[in-house]
Amino acid sequence: MTQTMRQFKNGIIDQNPTLVLLLGLCPALAATTTMMNAAGMGLTTMAVLLGSNIIISSLRKLIPAKVRIAAFTVIIAALVTVADLLLQAYFPALSEALGIFIPLIVVNCILFAQAELFAYRNGVVRSAIDGLTAGMGFLAALIAVAALRELLSAGTLFDFRVLPEAVPEIAVMAQPPGGFFALGLVIAATQAVRKRGKARETV
Amino acid sequence: MTWQEVVTLSLGAILIENFVLTRFLGVCPFLGVSKKTDTALGMSLSVIFVMTAAAAASWAIRQYLLIPFDVEHLSTIAFILVIAAMVQFAEITLKKHAPELFTRLGIYLPLIAANCAVLGVALIIRDSGNGFIESVLFAFMSGVGFSLALLLFSSIRARLEFSEHPEAFEGFPIALITAGLLALAFTGFAGMRIF
Repeated sequence: MTQTMRQFKNGIIDQNPTLVLLLGLCPALAATTTMMNAAGMGLTTMAVLLGSNIIISSLRKLIPAKVRIAAFTVIIAALVTVADLLLQAYFPALSEALGIFIPLIVVNCILFAQAELFAYRNGVVRSAIDGLTAGMGFLAALIAVAALRELLSAGTLFDFRVLPEAVPEIAVMAQPPGGFFALGLVIAATQAVRKRGKARETV
Repeated sequence: MTWQEVVTLSLGAILIENFVLTRFLGVCPFLGVSKKTDTALGMSLSVIFVMTAAAAASWAIRQYLLIPFDVEHLSTIAFILVIAAMVQFAEITLKKHAPELFTRLGIYLPLIAANCAVLGVALIIRDSGNGFIESVLFAFMSGVGFSLALLLFSSIRARLEFSEHPEAFEGFPIALITAGLLALAFTGFAGMRIF
């Protein structure tokens, strides 16, 4: 396996930022009421992550170690502001639905973890790929939680009816408690799969 | 403000629109430091303090700096910088004047800079357009709501240690399911009419 391939597998499966490393849980709960919101949130975060990793890795020799956290904060906040204004201009409905969770991407721990642990120590290309893979991992986690919630609360996926009308809708899955339940179930499933994989390796 | 408004705003922020359980703000510290009631208490006090101070500072900055210069679109950047600076300031002040409190809260303070509840309260206040006193009271009560959820959850979690659950749910998943049940209890407040 080439290094790039390994980076992709690492970011999406082995070191999934949300399901394995447990970072960025607030958006995973708040932006997953429907698949549409989850996709919007995931893609926006991915774009910001890609941008911040590229900028931070190209400036890494200029940023003094002492003020690096402040520098990361300013760079990330600037990119999030750009993303927020673009969404307000071109996707007003999505911007309305996600509300303050778009500006709150600033305090998403995934961005800081990536900046501190990867972009500040590696070249531009590798950091860009790592940002992309971690972003994809985050997007995949949001989609998984949102699929469970939208399917159980409305019987639809991306507003397409999947379950027959006769299946009762569980309204609570679209409400706040449903977010906790769905995320808990998805993380439990991940742990079960990982445990099985580990057991097979040792046998 | 009349006293009815004060009660409505307080109960609303603590119970009906609980920061953690209905708005999903500050979930990371909620799950991260809830293993022991002691640490949960330390975190709660720090969050109440920083949230109230951040609300006051961000309200003033918006009113006297961002609006006069017509740069309201920079509010996210301005708020996060103010919060980071304030956390640093709180750390230095506490270290000098209240070393005892500092040793208790010390490790939580830097964590709070990256806590979405603090930036969240600044953004909610920005969007609500409330006056200064309402905003600060709302931030304080939201902090109390966060603390209530955190303390309740940490005492449930202490019992969870000795309960049996499926192997795959070990650790975080069972904590999330428990938090879901707690949130379910809090949805009961949603229809509450105060007056």
